[in-house]
Amino acid sequence: MNKQERPAILTISGVTKRFAAGDDEVEALAPVDLTVPQGEFVCLIGASGCGKSTLLRIIAGFEQPTTGDASVYGKTITGPGSDRGMVFQDYALFPWMTVRQNISFGPRQRRLPRGDVARTTDEFVKLVGLERFADRYPTQLSGGMKQRVAIARVLANNANILLMDEPFGALDALTREQLQNELLQIWSRTGVTAIFVTHSVEEAVLLADRVLVMSAGPGRIDSDFRIDLARPRDVSSPEFNALRRDIARRLTSHLVPSRA
Amino acid sequence: MNDHATTLSKAAERSAPEAAAASRRRHRQRLEALRAFALGIGFPILLVLIWDRAVAISGTRLIPSPYQVAVMMYDFSFGGVYDDAFSGTILIHVWKSVQRVYAGFFFAALIGIPLGLMIGRIKILRQLLDPTISLLRPIPVTAWLPLSMIFFGLGPNAAIFLVFLGAFYPILLNTIFGVRSVDPRLFEAASMLGCKGTAMFREIILPASLPSIFNGLRIAHGFAWILIVVGEMTGVPTGLGSVVMDGRTLSRTDLVITGMIVIGACGFVTDRIIVAISNHFLRWSPQHRE
Repeated sequence: MNKQERPAILTISGVTKRFAAGDDEVEALAPVDLTVPQGEFVCLIGASGCGKSTLLRIIAGFEQPTTGDASVYGKTITGPGSDRGMVFQDYALFPWMTVRQNISFGPRQRRLPRGDVARTTDEFVKLVGLERFADRYPTQLSGGMKQRVAIARVLANNANILLMDEPFGALDALTREQLQNELLQIWSRTGVTAIFVTHSVEEAVLLADRVLVMSAGPGRIDSDFRIDLARPRDVSSPEFNALRRDIARRLTSHLVPSRA
Repeated sequence: MNDHATTLSKAAERSAPEAAAASRRRHRQRLEALRAFALGIGFPILLVLIWDRAVAISGTRLIPSPYQVAVMMYDFSFGGVYDDAFSGTILIHVWKSVQRVYAGFFFAALIGIPLGLMIGRIKILRQLLDPTISLLRPIPVTAWLPLSMIFFGLGPNAAIFLVFLGAFYPILLNTIFGVRSVDPRLFEAASMLGCKGTAMFREIILPASLPSIFNGLRIAHGFAWILIVVGEMTGVPTGLGSVVMDGRTLSRTDLVITGMIVIGACGFVTDRIIVAISNHFLRWSPQHRE
């Protein structure tokens, strides 16, 4: 594994975020520094209010940092762009478009030739295994299928950073497990860089190359765990559980003082 | 595919009691549909019967009997009974009213929808126009009649203007509401996929607010048919409103009621057309289908 030698795709330096809350200001992010090499699978984990979603939204370009700089391949992020694709927990599919139209939305916006759009769309419909449902509307799909469409929609647009905000949080356990496996397959096949927000320690250890534990008040990166387990990972192995215990301990260590 | 095959073979091997149950179910459904139809058509028939009896018992000469109205309707449609100025003229009057209703209605949609999309999305436009709209909206459209006759003269244009005004506000307000209630995540999703500027209006804002826009169009369409009658009551020789008004002037209540029925029928049929169009465009949204 020579992941450390890969070039950095995402660089975050000294990023802070303050929100106005009435007359007050809330510090959502203390200075955050982070470098993500190309192709890495990073999980952000932390209690609610630790700023993990805010950090993700800054990378997506939906929010501007108050200070500091976030950049992709050295170019500062100034707004949403097709190089970064967000997969939302509530899917955010366009309900008036069929599965195929949702997936082809990005390529159509780029005004690619019709043949190219059709080819790309077919490829990604197939990648997420929705050939039989390609002409259905989102309301006719299950939650798992909707999230597959959301992933394909982002990948069909050539995104090389996949941003996921608790994407499987609303799914039942079986579907979640299945989608986790499919996501890993897609990730290894496409070489996309994944930044995945979750609050499940098990999910983080199962998926990630690297787990970043965030803590609240103000949000910051508390610790950085490298997960060097071979995939597919065995959730019942002692190594897996040792990591899970370590990360859970870091997580809860921040909850104790706030309770007192 | 597999599931499909099993259901098919199961259907083929369906046992006798199961088939009987299915037939009973179909029978119940047919009965239910028949009952809905009988109730829906039965009530108006009952009303006509009460009307007929009430006229006969009271012996009034001011209100015609349903039979007299039916004769008038026949004469209005085909002629050959009274052979007066109204005989066989139904199509001319319907056509004139339809033209005016849809001139006003389409003009209202043409201005109301784009303006609503922009007011809903662009804050500065909202701040500029919202107070004025809120101020003008409560004025009953019929109160504009004298002014519209000054602006457009005695004639069809004043009627079209009234229809326009009546249709404009429901379209505008529902469009604004539709835009305001679009899930902001859809804008984020669209912009991260490279959609911006006018493409955002065409690809996201318009389709996302379409359910609400169709609501507005349907309400506006109802108003348009109400206002055409008011608009045609003065200064125009043709149109269903003028027929009703002429019937009043000539004390021909059978003509008045005939005109009312034709207006009702036109409104009903065209409303069904709007619903059909709306169902087509909103086929993606089960909760907006009727």
